[in-house]
Amino acid sequence: MDAVTSNFDLFLKGFGYTLFLFLISGLLSLVLGTLLVACRVGPVAVLRWAGGWYVTLVRSTPLVVVFAFFQFAAPMLGIRFGWVDVHIGAFDFTSFFAIAVVALTLYTSCFVCEALRSGVNAVPLGQAEAARAIGLTFGGTMSQVILPQAFRASVPPLASVLIALIKNTSVAFIFGVGEAVAQMRIMTNNHSSERTTIFLAYAAGYILIVFVFSFLANRLERHWRVA
Amino acid sequence: MTALSSEASAAAVGEPLVVLDHVEKWYGDLHVLQDINLSIKRGEVVVVIGPSGSGKSTLCRTINRLETIDKGSITLDGKALPQEGKQLADLRAEVGMVFQSFNLFAHKTILENVTLGPIKVRKIAKAEAEKLGMQLLERVGLANQAPKYPAQLSGGQQQRVAIARALAMQPKVMLFDEPTSALDPEMIKEVLDVMVDLAKQGMTMVVVTHEMGFARTAANRIVFMADGQVLEEGTPEEFFTNAQSARARDFLGHILKH
Repeated sequence: MDAVTSNFDLFLKGFGYTLFLFLISGLLSLVLGTLLVACRVGPVAVLRWAGGWYVTLVRSTPLVVVFAFFQFAAPMLGIRFGWVDVHIGAFDFTSFFAIAVVALTLYTSCFVCEALRSGVNAVPLGQAEAARAIGLTFGGTMSQVILPQAFRASVPPLASVLIALIKNTSVAFIFGVGEAVAQMRIMTNNHSSERTTIFLAYAAGYILIVFVFSFLANRLERHWRVA
Repeated sequence: MTALSSEASAAAVGEPLVVLDHVEKWYGDLHVLQDINLSIKRGEVVVVIGPSGSGKSTLCRTINRLETIDKGSITLDGKALPQEGKQLADLRAEVGMVFQSFNLFAHKTILENVTLGPIKVRKIAKAEAEKLGMQLLERVGLANQAPKYPAQLSGGQQQRVAIARALAMQPKVMLFDEPTSALDPEMIKEVLDVMVDLAKQGMTMVVVTHEMGFARTAANRIVFMADGQVLEEGTPEEFFTNAQSARARDFLGHILKH
């Protein structure tokens, strides 16, 4: 247990990066996923087609490959993140962090899109007809009537998608972000006799984060059910 | 047929507001609307009746283009129905619609249901829209329910809110697509009362219904449909006492027995 307690600041810093990755990519994938679902259920055939193919392709690609693309292939196509250089307290946000956010966002937004689409399908057709009948455009119908109800119906699958994201942030460790798993590797290397406790401590860290997140998702679900 | 009925109703009403001209619609092989010609005048109350599957709901829904048509034309106040997009949305704002299943916005309060259109489509200030909304809820007898959600109201109350929501857009014409068919018998009257009031105040109305009492008392003209065709038109008096077509007499024989 000494390895973890005596390096507790590193333990926290690792999970700090994990949380930053989760919060930023989570927020961005909610936004991108919402735009994608609007494309997929919208009246414009080209956007429906493009949205469908985007989801199919990116969702079928392993997350590690998406990361590798932005790390190794994208720079050759002129897509670079070297300009990202932000330092807040003990945390450094550089191109490695930016690539992780981009990869996680693009990947997770597909699943957000599909979770929301199940919610959109759960909203009765009559709601959209009533919205159109009072003169709302497609955008107004989506933003005022369909999506607010679709979000409510999508809370359980969206929570699963975002919990997967929390754990998927660990892939960033391979690509140079010092998040929780990266710190765990350093610790297990330096304290090889305490590997079991180190593994358990980090697993507990993830479980705690997911537990808190699930609790909040349940609260949200119950709050919206009453309303 | 059409010429005869427009003579009959010309006295009661003003110039044409909604005109359907040679309208045709198919669902695959099924010819649901066959050569429909109908002219609805300002202030007129037209009640469309007929057996299930006769195309009367479809007809009603084509007027604000919730259903597209394959041939013919529909004009509202002299303007042809636009295809899609903003112009169509603008047109729909002019046409109030009341559905069989109410379709109140489930995540919004009663007052928000009524004010959404005025605020988002008409761009009226929120306070003003709420004032108007409360007046309309008062008019349908539901001002005290304003902060509740649709699921907390009875069917009859929900339908009266739906009427208020449509009226909030100050429409030129109101379409009612079987407004009482999903209601318990004791709630039908409260909805019909609101509709009769509306008719008395001169609202132009197209009502698809099975309520023969309402058709008799509130309609200026009855349109009888069967198998996608308008078989007969006339005043309630003419239609109920002296229906011309065998199909209409058969239909009336079935429903008036009880």
